[in-house]
Amino acid sequence: MAVLSNRFQDNVFFTNSDAIINWSRKSSLWPQTFGIACCAIEMISAGCARYDLDRFGVVFRPSPRQSDVMIVAGTVTRKMAPIVRRLYDQMAEPRYVIAMGTCAISGGVYNTYAVVQGVDHVVPVDIHVAGCPPRPEALLYGFVQLQEKITGTKVLRAETPIDAAMEPS
Amino acid sequence: MPVDFLPVFLMVAIIAALALFILTVSKLVRPDNPYPEKNRPYECGVDHVGEAASGLFKVQYFVIAILFVIFDVETMFLFPWAVVLQDMGLFGYIEMFVFIFLLLVGFAYAWIKGALEWLS
Repeated sequence: MAVLSNRFQDNVFFTNSDAIINWSRKSSLWPQTFGIACCAIEMISAGCARYDLDRFGVVFRPSPRQSDVMIVAGTVTRKMAPIVRRLYDQMAEPRYVIAMGTCAISGGVYNTYAVVQGVDHVVPVDIHVAGCPPRPEALLYGFVQLQEKITGTKVLRAETPIDAAMEPS
Repeated sequence: MPVDFLPVFLMVAIIAALALFILTVSKLVRPDNPYPEKNRPYECGVDHVGEAASGLFKVQYFVIAILFVIFDVETMFLFPWAVVLQDMGLFGYIEMFVFIFLLLVGFAYAWIKGALEWLS
């Protein structure tokens, strides 16, 4: 990971640095323009004027190089799974995944040989948004949940508090 | 006087320092985790089919665009020239024809070399 990531103890400088970094990360969650099935219609609706995801800093991007979030909006077939995985791989870090709808969460009603039974098998999912399809408000709530998840992340600070005695002098 | 340009030098120095600071901080803070799958060219998640240079993008468009730009710029020069033509007299009149002739020599050279032939 980064040169400075997860190597400092908790003090006022690094807690504030983490707060600023996390604030900037959560305030510009750019998802990929990437819809697989009918959930994408709800995703489009959430991005348009009535629900307006833009006010959370969620702006859809045409390339994984520019995006932070992947919304898996729909049924992931086995043929689509490697493509989804590669799109996830090509996103810049830190990256997050929202599994939107029952199909992405568990395969839903498509309990068949052709459908991946949950996109968790392919990419690490951060937020599951339930519904078939979820309403735009549900996706909005998913984004708010993701923002809350990012808020507490330790970026520069160590995951476990560094013991003062073990601190390198 | 060089001292008159002090604000410009200051601005250049501040911009350079700020850019260096931002690049350094982001280099230190951002996650850096390249691996082959991430570094692949982005093609909507699927493998490439063929090469981009294999005929889908014609280089002739570029050549014709360059030739267009030459005469575009010539036209750009012709307009102010036409405005002040009466003040310049015969010298300016001949001067512009020399300029057009030089461009036409280049154009003839490109034509003879086959720049306008469309290879399909």
